[in-house]
Amino acid sequence: MIATPESSQYELRPKRLADGSVQGDLLEVSMGPQHPSTHGVFRMDVVLDGERVVKLKPVFGYLHRNHEKIGENTTYLGSMPYTDRLDYFCSLTNNWAYALAVEKLAGLQPPERAEYIRVIAAELTRLQNHISLVGFLLQDMGAMGTPLMYAFREREKILDLFESLTGARMMCNYMRFGGCRCDLPPGWLEQARQVADEFPRFLDEFEALLSENEILLSRTQGVGVLSRELAVNASITGPMLRASGVNYDIRKVDKYGIYDRFSFRVPLGEHGDVYDRYMVRILEMRESLKILQAALREIPEGLILDPKAKLRGFRPKPGEVYGRIEAPKGELGFYLISDGSPKPYRYRVRPPSFINLTILEDLCLGHHVADVVIILGSVDIVMGEVDR
Amino acid sequence: MSAPLLGQGIIKGLVETARNFIGSYVNKDRLVTVQYPEERLPQQEAARNFPFLVYDGDDSQKGLRCVACLICEKECPPQCIYIVKDTVRKPDATGKLQFQPKVFDIDTSVCMSCQVCVEVCPFDAIKMDVEYELSTGDRFGSLLLRKAQLAKANQYYHKIHPAEAAEVDARLGAEKARAEAKAKAAAAAKPAAGAKPV
Amino acid sequence: MEPLDQIKARIEAAVPGASVEIVLNAGADGQRSLLMDNPHALAVARFLRDDPSLRLDYASNVTGVDWLDAVIQEKRKVKQVIEGVEREIEETTEQRRPGYLEAVYHLYSMELKHGPLILRLRTGNRTDNPRVPSLTPVWRGAEFQEREAYDLFGITFEGHPDLRRILMWDEFKHFPMRKDYVEPNDYEYEPTPHDEVLEKTKRHYPA
Repeated sequence: MIATPESSQYELRPKRLADGSVQGDLLEVSMGPQHPSTHGVFRMDVVLDGERVVKLKPVFGYLHRNHEKIGENTTYLGSMPYTDRLDYFCSLTNNWAYALAVEKLAGLQPPERAEYIRVIAAELTRLQNHISLVGFLLQDMGAMGTPLMYAFREREKILDLFESLTGARMMCNYMRFGGCRCDLPPGWLEQARQVADEFPRFLDEFEALLSENEILLSRTQGVGVLSRELAVNASITGPMLRASGVNYDIRKVDKYGIYDRFSFRVPLGEHGDVYDRYMVRILEMRESLKILQAALREIPEGLILDPKAKLRGFRPKPGEVYGRIEAPKGELGFYLISDGSPKPYRYRVRPPSFINLTILEDLCLGHHVADVVIILGSVDIVMGEVDR
Repeated sequence: MSAPLLGQGIIKGLVETARNFIGSYVNKDRLVTVQYPEERLPQQEAARNFPFLVYDGDDSQKGLRCVACLICEKECPPQCIYIVKDTVRKPDATGKLQFQPKVFDIDTSVCMSCQVCVEVCPFDAIKMDVEYELSTGDRFGSLLLRKAQLAKANQYYHKIHPAEAAEVDARLGAEKARAEAKAKAAAAAKPAAGAKPV
Repeated sequence: MEPLDQIKARIEAAVPGASVEIVLNAGADGQRSLLMDNPHALAVARFLRDDPSLRLDYASNVTGVDWLDAVIQEKRKVKQVIEGVEREIEETTEQRRPGYLEAVYHLYSMELKHGPLILRLRTGNRTDNPRVPSLTPVWRGAEFQEREAYDLFGITFEGHPDLRRILMWDEFKHFPMRKDYVEPNDYEYEPTPHDEVLEKTKRHYPA
């Protein structure tokens, strides 16, 4: 005789009463800081009704190093290595955002070649960030590392490029106020062109592996839908915003650096679910490749540092500035107040991952616990940036 | 994006995985792992890990380029360098008497390999090493590198960063030649000046 | 976007009683900001978000700034008659400015793709009245950032739906980003001490 819930003498699940409500307790789970799928030391206090999420409160601060106070006690140049460690996947774009803000404050102008090198470095960073993210998202879905390791295989080629250019794979510390630290080593451009030429073939393989996979489709479509109005009101930026259909890419709006010379499209999503965020990132990678190949073709010879820039004893005039760029995760901004001394008076980082987490609760309500992990994966957080 | 046959997407993915798996036996591009520590990848020219002090010649005391100007100590962001100036001066490559450091400590548990000390040093005395197998069992003693451990010969610098070392040597050689030419011109001008009252 | 003086005039026309000042910025960027008074801040924020030609619907950056009690010295050239000759001398006037905490908002528009407009809200003082109205009902994105300003500076945002500490743990007492924050005395052995750490070393290891 097969035991059915009605026939069993043990109460296996809460009884559904006549008016439709469920008799039972809500379960509060702490998806704690040590968890393989939470992208770092991140905790969520989730209140569950069975498997469905009723309430979700994110708790972070486990990696808080008070980077802003360190910035107030260090010189402008000394803060540059610390910016590498904010979003540790994308250290070159962090460097560029900080250098942009200080250049706006002090009125420095980087030369042509430096601007091209910055664009190349930023687009390479965007490529390796997006494929890592897709790899980690699939890892969270249970793909046991296969897409992740394929992504890392390509990421290694890009990190080798970074190492021969800056000396370090991740903590690059490469941009300076008024340009870049050192020039491209001989043979770097050929190596970079080779990487950029092989990348589309890898993306085709990657998409063949993933984009029509039924498991991926059924787990991501319709999950974690973010509406346009909520996305704009909640200050969401980056691929998450564009997956909800809002056309706001700071490279097109602010036209910082020399981005107005490159023609690239901005991919937009329709539904704002996890699948759209995944597809927007894949399409953004293809657009990044276009910018990268154009920049590698057109890069001129010349200086790489503004002759007016000073390394030591750099004292910008008093004033304040807010400089922002389109980092791979969203809008990364630096707000600096200077009082004429070598150290900033106020040094503030506008972290995209931190602000994109505002609506995590709204996205997860009503979904299963397994979906919470996937939605968190699609928000693309790095705790170094969330906690600073 | 819907497939006519249910499962077709998964089968397409499995074909990719099979291609990678079998390809890793025949195609070197697909086998990306290195059996460390038996085989090691060669390091790039520009790679950096922790700093070290350069000395010219054979004597690590007399040839040390560092003149204890304390610039690297001031500019280091996490403040991991500790220098004590010596009262005894020593002559440098051009013969001028310079200070030298009595104590030069770098705390590698704090150092973040940011390379700012190398950029600001006006004497090309401190450069980045590439040694990465530095783990020890003693946290407080062995992670603090002292002057004796930090001072390495210029030949070692040529071995790890050949292009950079060649450029530094060329620049220092040119400076030395200029200083010698100026000294010779001053010595030649002296008897001439003695003949004519200036 | 329209010039700042025009925006100021329109705000004062739309929200009666609001007093808006323009704060200068001496840096190379020169971007000026609007200082609002606390009672009308919410109404002004709603106007800025909903006005058809501004449509500032995106609060990009919300942060706090700590200004200590300061003495501002102003040098002015004054004409004075000394011994019958009119001369121009430099006169220094000192002004005591009491300290306050400030919340700064950087606003952009995603619809019209312009910006930024910088808003400032100031508290009464730093000690017993660090209160400022919360603009989270207008821009949801300010929610976490205002919590962070509360956590690190101690600015209390009135009307915030969930004002708790966000980066420090809940039982933490002080406000780390303030200029007069004193770090706790948790000294650990430091092999390369400098400056303040050297003072601490001398206190802990008198030898």
